[in-house]
Amino acid sequence: MRKWVSLLVVLIMLSTTVSLAACSNTSETEESTYKVGAILSVTGAYSNLGVPEKQTLEMLTEEINAEGGINGRQLEMIIYDNESNAEKAATLATRLIERDEVLAILGPTTTGDSMAIIDTVTSGEIPLISMAAGISIITPIEERYWVFKTPQTEKEAVSEIYLYMQENGIKDIAIITDTSGFGAGGRAYLLSEKDSYGINILDDQTFSSGDTSMQSQLTHIKGTDAEAVIVWATDKESSIVASDMKALEMTIPLFASHGIANMAFINNAGEAANGVIFPAGKLLIADQVPATDQQQKILVDYKNDFESKYGTGTISTFGGHAYDALGMLTIALEKMDGDMTLVDARAKLRDEIEKINNFVGTGGVFTMSPQDHLGMLPGSLAMFEIVDGEWTLAP
Amino acid sequence: MSVDQFLQYLISGITQGSIYALVALGFTIIYAVTRVINFAQGEFVMLGGMLSFLLISSFGIPLIPSLILAVLFTAIIGAIIYLLAIRTAKKASVVSLIIITIGVSIFIRGFTREFLGVDSVRPPFFTGDESLTIFGALIRPQALWIIGTTIVVTIILHLFLSRTMMGNALKASAISTRAAAMVGIDSRVMALTAFVIAAVIGSIGGAVMAPLVLTSYNVGVMLGLKGFVSASIGGFKSPIISVIGGITIGVIESLAVGINWGPFTSSYKDAIAIVALLIILLIRSGRLALEERAD
Amino acid sequence: MFGFVKNKWIYFLVGALLAVMVLIPFDWFMGKYNTLLIFIGLNTMVTVGLCLLMGYTGQVSLGQAAYYGIGAYISAILSKTYGVNPWLAMLIAAIVTGAFAYGIGYLIFRLKGNYLAMATLGLGLIIWILFRQLSEITGGPDGMGGIPYLSIGGFGFYTTFKRYYLVWFFCLALLLISQNIVRSRTGRALRAIHGSEDAAESIGINVAQFKVKIFALSAVFASIAGSLFVHHLRFVSPQPFGFLASVKLVVMAVIGGLASIWGAIFGAATTNILSDELLLGFGELDTIVYGLILMLVMIFMPQGLFVKLKEIIVQWRSKTTQKV
Repeated sequence: MRKWVSLLVVLIMLSTTVSLAACSNTSETEESTYKVGAILSVTGAYSNLGVPEKQTLEMLTEEINAEGGINGRQLEMIIYDNESNAEKAATLATRLIERDEVLAILGPTTTGDSMAIIDTVTSGEIPLISMAAGISIITPIEERYWVFKTPQTEKEAVSEIYLYMQENGIKDIAIITDTSGFGAGGRAYLLSEKDSYGINILDDQTFSSGDTSMQSQLTHIKGTDAEAVIVWATDKESSIVASDMKALEMTIPLFASHGIANMAFINNAGEAANGVIFPAGKLLIADQVPATDQQQKILVDYKNDFESKYGTGTISTFGGHAYDALGMLTIALEKMDGDMTLVDARAKLRDEIEKINNFVGTGGVFTMSPQDHLGMLPGSLAMFEIVDGEWTLAP
Repeated sequence: MSVDQFLQYLISGITQGSIYALVALGFTIIYAVTRVINFAQGEFVMLGGMLSFLLISSFGIPLIPSLILAVLFTAIIGAIIYLLAIRTAKKASVVSLIIITIGVSIFIRGFTREFLGVDSVRPPFFTGDESLTIFGALIRPQALWIIGTTIVVTIILHLFLSRTMMGNALKASAISTRAAAMVGIDSRVMALTAFVIAAVIGSIGGAVMAPLVLTSYNVGVMLGLKGFVSASIGGFKSPIISVIGGITIGVIESLAVGINWGPFTSSYKDAIAIVALLIILLIRSGRLALEERAD
Repeated sequence: MFGFVKNKWIYFLVGALLAVMVLIPFDWFMGKYNTLLIFIGLNTMVTVGLCLLMGYTGQVSLGQAAYYGIGAYISAILSKTYGVNPWLAMLIAAIVTGAFAYGIGYLIFRLKGNYLAMATLGLGLIIWILFRQLSEITGGPDGMGGIPYLSIGGFGFYTTFKRYYLVWFFCLALLLISQNIVRSRTGRALRAIHGSEDAAESIGINVAQFKVKIFALSAVFASIAGSLFVHHLRFVSPQPFGFLASVKLVVMAVIGGLASIWGAIFGAATTNILSDELLLGFGELDTIVYGLILMLVMIFMPQGLFVKLKEIIVQWRSKTTQKV
């Protein structure tokens, strides 16, 4: 029996390898579709960001195609999971460019993964719209000819928090950040921007993603004269910080990053979530945005569509980044006409993305230019406070 | 560092260490009996937490029955892993066995993600969440549950191994499979028992810690690593030393944060715990070499 | 690799294989797989070092990705931050990594079996933490980009097409070096150590020194692969060098068969093709299938897929010759 099973496994492995080699030349593109690729962290450390992005892209592709596609052509979305792994992101980017022959790439989810494929997309001459925060993704601009991004940078989120503190007379603070990419990016800006806002950082603590308690770090912070704490991490670790602060009976206010902008934070932190203040796009409070705001309609529509498909309370700003990325790409695709070679089509698409003017998205209003590949107008972020387990605009 | 603060670091460290200890116990019992390092141990802990959350929050089953069901289910998984994966691989070397258990853990993780999603969840606290004061340090009731569970589990395990027939058979099997077989102890039954016990301890740990530390499909990776490091301090030999190992690691990590000077900061706390482990290993290297040879 | 085909055909076969390898990266052949093949080459280099270490001395390393990472970071930092010539940086990286591993090995090879595995794992984790935390020099968790390409004179390795040849040149060179080591006096000493350390010691082999040397050599292999890795991606971050990466390397070594040098290519290729190609079709089920395959292969072919294949072919050959 064992012999047969092993023979079978070997045969399966062999046949798949052979079929793989055989199918290397079968990727003839269908002329009638627009092919777009996406690389997302559907699994791994950042899956809670990658999953809503994937869901959004799938939902929008369905909607676009149901309405007859773009310029009468169907949109074909090829989504790959890079498992929150930079090396895999690079392999997948090459695959999308050379084998799937897509017109543009959306993603990756994280700054590190985005940085890992910048060289691949630049030498492959294909437009990339990243969904990660890091400013280094789009600067220096002369080396980022093919690269765009949709989320606001950490710098804007940090400035928003510091501005709020300045207005409320908070000067001495402590910060606690995740050592992974997201937290380290935030920490860098927290440290570099503090002087312009007259903020003193009395304590600078970190923790590793996957840590199960931050009590020790908070005990240390408790021993300082900090008037507030800023936590920079995704929702899981931030919620542990919030509830550990409550357990240590710390009453100073907790500020957090936009990384906590999903319901999981409120569910997990429970009572400790109340009073947490953080900057985020207006998506979370779509129903409270006044009708005069030009983003209002798009926010409400996206939120309702998403929640009716994936469940109430599932909305997150990360899905919103995917919405904005595909939204801009769709506008650029609409400008495409006639039959072009793949190389020309990609170049034309890049030019069209760069020309995007006044695109109203979920994260803000975007106007791209050769000097600015984020193009988000200021005022896109708002400060939120969690009151009774609900997002509300901070006073 | 004031006395109050020191106590606070100590208590946080002991809580954290108890979590590592509960994971380490599973590694130890399986290794002692089968010489397999079970890298799927973290998944038992994950299953305990995720299943208890599923039963309590989604099906509305009361706490105690939920815990029993979650532990029972994980125990069955533990038995299946042994019967299907470990026992079938008769000729496998140590490295192959390690990879099999890694395969098992990837499989369980993928499966859980598929059915329960990627979000972190928090089951309800056993007895509320108002911190208690002990000698000026604050401790959460759930942390007391964790520490208590660790103590009780360790004592029961110790009594089981030293006072019962089954336990003696397990220990005999751990010392020498061949000699044990001569006196009629079936090593396969012993190995199965070890996997079930490890699954039970892991899932109890997972269910007790989940309200405090949250749980998600991938918590097993980090906890498994920490538990593994803790267990190796005791050389995977004695449950009690493994527990001490876990608590030591927890306390070292916590105090490193408290010192906050030079390399002793929160950024390097994980590294400091590992350096401590390496030093212990090297100091004991002479004796360890002898022990290995005796195997 | 072809020990079981002992005749003149071997030259023909090797020649044909080399010809295929040379032709692979052309667009009309398998040019679309260049990135994949480059990673297979890089992983093969690390894996063959592991095979030497694990297969011929019986020592486990659960932290090999860290040495891959040290090579990568030294190359990246020297060539980008300090403007050192990339080839020189690569050489320095290999020497430093080797010396470091030699020193470390000297310390930890007093340990045996699982304790040694533990120590290699622990060291790997510490190095990985340093990659993340020393952000002033390493760029932290987000890594650093803008690393220059390798070039010889005016000829730069700017395309994947060119880098394919570069990586596989190094890869084959390392494989041949390993082959020579295994066939030499050293190789016999290593096998003796694997068989019984006491016996090896008694016939005058300095067991400890041999082990440490092989450990250092495997680290040098990993370092060279790491340097090529950063000059290929032009980006480095801590991610590919963590614990799970080390485990993946061990998986490659085991699938290829620990005591088989050429099996390393096979191990690296199967693992990479599996995770980067075949399982992409499974969507979100890919990790489940990957775990399942890992279990099945190890349960039914604990000596590795490559060795099993060889066995099957040998059996089949002996059957056919009997008929004649």
